[in-house]
Amino acid sequence: MKKLLIGTALAAITTAGSVMADGHAVSACLITKTDTNPFFVKMREGAEAAAAEAGITLRSYAGQVDGDHETQVAAIETCILDGASGILLTASDTSSIVGAVTQARDAGLLVIALDTPLDPIDAADATFATDNFLAGELIGQWAAAQLGDDAANARIALLDLAVSQPTVGVLRDQGFLQGFGIDLADPNVNGDEDDPRIVGNDVTAGNEEGGRKAMENLLAVDPSTNVVYTINEPAAAGAYEALKSIGRENDVLIVSVDGGCPGVQNIADGVIGATAQQYPLQMAALGIQAIASFAADGTLPENTEGKDFFDTGVALVTDQPADGVESISVAEGMALCWG
Amino acid sequence: MSGNSDDYEAAQKSPASETVAAFSERKGALARLQHALHVNPALIPLFVLVTSIVLFGLLLGTKFFSPFALTLILQQVQIVGIVAAAQSLVILTAGIDLSVGAIAVLSSVVMGQFTFRYGLPVEVAVTAGLIFGTLIGSMNGWLIAVMKLPPFIVTLGMWQIVLAANFLYSKNATIRSQDIEQQAPLLQFLGTTFKIGADVDGRGGATFTFGVIAMVLIFAVLSYILSQTAWGRHIYAVGDDPEAAQLSGVNVKRTLISVYAVTGFICAIAGWALIGRIGSVSPTSGQLLNIESITAVVIGGISLFGGRGSIMGPLFGALIVGVFTLGLRLAGADAQWTFLLIGALIIGAVAVDQWIRKVSA
Repeated sequence: MKKLLIGTALAAITTAGSVMADGHAVSACLITKTDTNPFFVKMREGAEAAAAEAGITLRSYAGQVDGDHETQVAAIETCILDGASGILLTASDTSSIVGAVTQARDAGLLVIALDTPLDPIDAADATFATDNFLAGELIGQWAAAQLGDDAANARIALLDLAVSQPTVGVLRDQGFLQGFGIDLADPNVNGDEDDPRIVGNDVTAGNEEGGRKAMENLLAVDPSTNVVYTINEPAAAGAYEALKSIGRENDVLIVSVDGGCPGVQNIADGVIGATAQQYPLQMAALGIQAIASFAADGTLPENTEGKDFFDTGVALVTDQPADGVESISVAEGMALCWG
Repeated sequence: MSGNSDDYEAAQKSPASETVAAFSERKGALARLQHALHVNPALIPLFVLVTSIVLFGLLLGTKFFSPFALTLILQQVQIVGIVAAAQSLVILTAGIDLSVGAIAVLSSVVMGQFTFRYGLPVEVAVTAGLIFGTLIGSMNGWLIAVMKLPPFIVTLGMWQIVLAANFLYSKNATIRSQDIEQQAPLLQFLGTTFKIGADVDGRGGATFTFGVIAMVLIFAVLSYILSQTAWGRHIYAVGDDPEAAQLSGVNVKRTLISVYAVTGFICAIAGWALIGRIGSVSPTSGQLLNIESITAVVIGGISLFGGRGSIMGPLFGALIVGVFTLGLRLAGADAQWTFLLIGALIIGAVAVDQWIRKVSA
């Protein structure tokens, strides 16, 4: 069976080469972590729109759950067989996927990591992503500026993504702490800081349920918590419910990252103080354009100057601008939001 | 013996018959314990629960052993608790239901979407959600009882179908807490809180939600039904030996279908409570409810082989998990320790179940 598969793969790769040489229709693959997260749903919509515009056939694949590495590898193999020109990939397992990605690149496909950098980052031809550290830094600076002198006595709860500390969760958390003016200890690890202002870290799985429970836990540790960093807006909404149940929803500052439409609306409603908005539609559209130009003349995408990836931008959304921190209004954020 | 063979009353009081009555005592303390546990299977989880509360209380002081923290545990376990009550019914019939979490989530999504997408009155939407859960449960029951498919397979398939339907139907969109609060507060009804003994600012004190009350009520009602009604006894009979139950006049098919239907209904209530707890209607919630509910049932001493166990056990089981989670969190332990200890408890609970089983063998 395995031999048969490899044989078929080789045959398909050779035909794929000849298909490209003949200049037939270009096709691309989009492989996301799940089909269920609005962020990836929007990413797919962005890719579909850009593909239709560029006359590219797009096939989309997704893992069944976040962390479903197996399905993503199978999807890469299918794309190679299918003779695609390139793959846009949001990897669930950033280091284990490298083998499959190398296979695809060896077969002549352009592989672009979207949103989540691979480990190592140069395992992909390019990375189109939000600068997650910068996203965290913006909300950290904003929170510190809002508190003013009280920042020295802040009681900070950190609501992270998962126990396994995926890169995106670490970058945002550490960016926030840096922005707030806290010594990071090891910038690659969450929770090793010894600043007395930190109440503690807990994990949320990035949803409302986890956000509420994590907030309750940290409130039990220290009921005087007054600054809450959250990995994303659903977690922030859950944290807000926990604060509301003890009547503290108005005297705690919640900051977040993502910029989904419900999240931005939550800023207008005073649930979240500020969020750092990222642009999944843009990531996908730029990715498709890169595959189109690679298919046309072999052009490889370039990185943003001074970074090892292409930065798709991030903006702080808030209606209470702070001095020295650049931000856009909720109205502007609504116009750019997704989900 | 008085020597008069006609003196039956004296014969009744004879030392011989007293010995018969005290027969089990001869086996020693361990056997008596085994017997006591056989009769009251919820004793062990209750003991573990009380011990863990006392231990964490000694370790952490008032931070843990306060009305606020202890009632917080109740709030944190309410959803798992309600689903575990439903799961218990199925496991008592020697079945298993892997679709419970998915049914709960889809029911909550139906309640939300019926209100916000179709503009139906919220009372109608909630009723529709409850009916929906009951229907999916009935379908599980029909496939298992009439089509004779194994419960594990049926509910494994139903889990995937319902979860996929949940994402397709909801378009992965969350309905925000603020919108629900303004337009359809009934959806958040089970999240309503009330406090006993809070300070003037409304802080501290014992905090309860209607969801917690619902959980306790569900357990109380099921406890009554299982021990006092024919249907309840039929559930045990079917789980213990379906053929014997059939021969003694129990309608096994109808009992099984009704059990899965009631399970679906209770899961829908859990979905409603879920909206109350997290405020919003989120299709990504409750993904682990099936495993968490089975964990609570097993730790609660209900036998996975069916027909044995007390319904109150899973309530204690869910609370044990809640006490461990919050206690270890407050003690500053890594979250992985919770999983490790829960895993040990599960294996321990099954070992105890096997040991008690010997008393009836």
